[in-house]
Amino acid sequence: MGLLSSKNKEVLVGPLSTNNPVIVQMLGICSALAVTSKLEPSIVMGISVTAVVAFANVIISLLRNTIPNRIRIIVQLVVVAALVTIVSEVLKAFAYDVNKQLSVFVGLIITNCILMGRLEAFALGNGPWESFLDGIGNGLGYALILVIVGFFRELLGSGTLLGFQVIPEACYKLGYVNNGLMILPPMALIVIAVIIWVHRSRNKELQEN
Amino acid sequence: MEQLLSTFVRSIFVDNMVFAYYLGMCSFLAVSKNVKTALGLGMAVTFILTCTLPINYMLENYILKEGAMSWLGAEYAGVNLSFLSLIIFIAIIASFTQLVEMVVEKFAPALYASLGIFLPLIAVNCAILGGSLFMQQRAFSNVGIATVYGFGSGIGWMLAIVGMAAIREKLAYSDIPKPLKGLGITFIITGLMGVAFMCFSGLKI
Repeated sequence: MGLLSSKNKEVLVGPLSTNNPVIVQMLGICSALAVTSKLEPSIVMGISVTAVVAFANVIISLLRNTIPNRIRIIVQLVVVAALVTIVSEVLKAFAYDVNKQLSVFVGLIITNCILMGRLEAFALGNGPWESFLDGIGNGLGYALILVIVGFFRELLGSGTLLGFQVIPEACYKLGYVNNGLMILPPMALIVIAVIIWVHRSRNKELQEN
Repeated sequence: MEQLLSTFVRSIFVDNMVFAYYLGMCSFLAVSKNVKTALGLGMAVTFILTCTLPINYMLENYILKEGAMSWLGAEYAGVNLSFLSLIIFIAIIASFTQLVEMVVEKFAPALYASLGIFLPLIAVNCAILGGSLFMQQRAFSNVGIATVYGFGSGIGWMLAIVGMAAIREKLAYSDIPKPLKGLGITFIITGLMGVAFMCFSGLKI
């Protein structure tokens, strides 16, 4: 079996759209709501989660035959907690400002359901290379949703993107007002609902009855 | 006594885990399809929160906090183990979840089957780790208040998920645009309930 056989490609690309962790599998929603009021933290959060999921998947997949079934959750949590500690130290060293903005949510990656969900559902039954691809795919699928939500909330809520003013001054003079509601957490839910709406009208097989 | 009561009411309504902090959303959205399952999961979460908060409170105040080990003798007074708190808290929570999982599997196999993957996922339910982290942040004055806070947060979470499940059962008869059915409309309803619960946020008890 080649490194990128068609099955592996499906494992990597599927989570971006038809099997997306946030809008189809319903995993990792808490952080998607809390960090997406600006675009920059959304991107950093997406990259951090991708790295943690990919490496946690590889480690658990290597250990999968030696972990006793009854205590697997604790083993998984220890692996994830160690990886999250590394990510948090790296962020403190190289991106201190963003790390401050994300505050507790870097620590809360441990309780991000995507990690547990993928470890339980995929890494425990597949080899390390497939698990690595699955982790990358799911991490990117998560990051994609975060970036879309962060983009719209920052654009409509503050009129900026990555901190730069996008909506020209002239618009404000004509009476345009930033929509403060977009910054509040309930709007994240509604933005995600709109993404689901668009996504499911394009992929009819995902619609629920 | 008065303080216990106000902590209880605050943790249910003002600091509701779901609507004020958006914690524990994953299982909240996935398991709220019918009231019975929602009630079962709500009770499991309440139980775990009520059990783990006092244990984590004791660990935090007698082992992890800076100077917390001074009861062992003066030479331990300078020890600060707070960097270990995340791992210790999650270990306590995970072992309790495993216990509940075994009990439910043994005594309520039907409930076990309908909760599916979300029973082991209680361990990573953000609401439960969040409860312990808020306990650490707010530095409750004694273990009684911490326990009541845990119990109240659990009840608040259960209230939210049961309410949601009841609305979703009624939704079966409404005419929703096809792509929004299921998950999409649930997000919108949660958003609206969140807006409604924001009116509690200014409340002083």
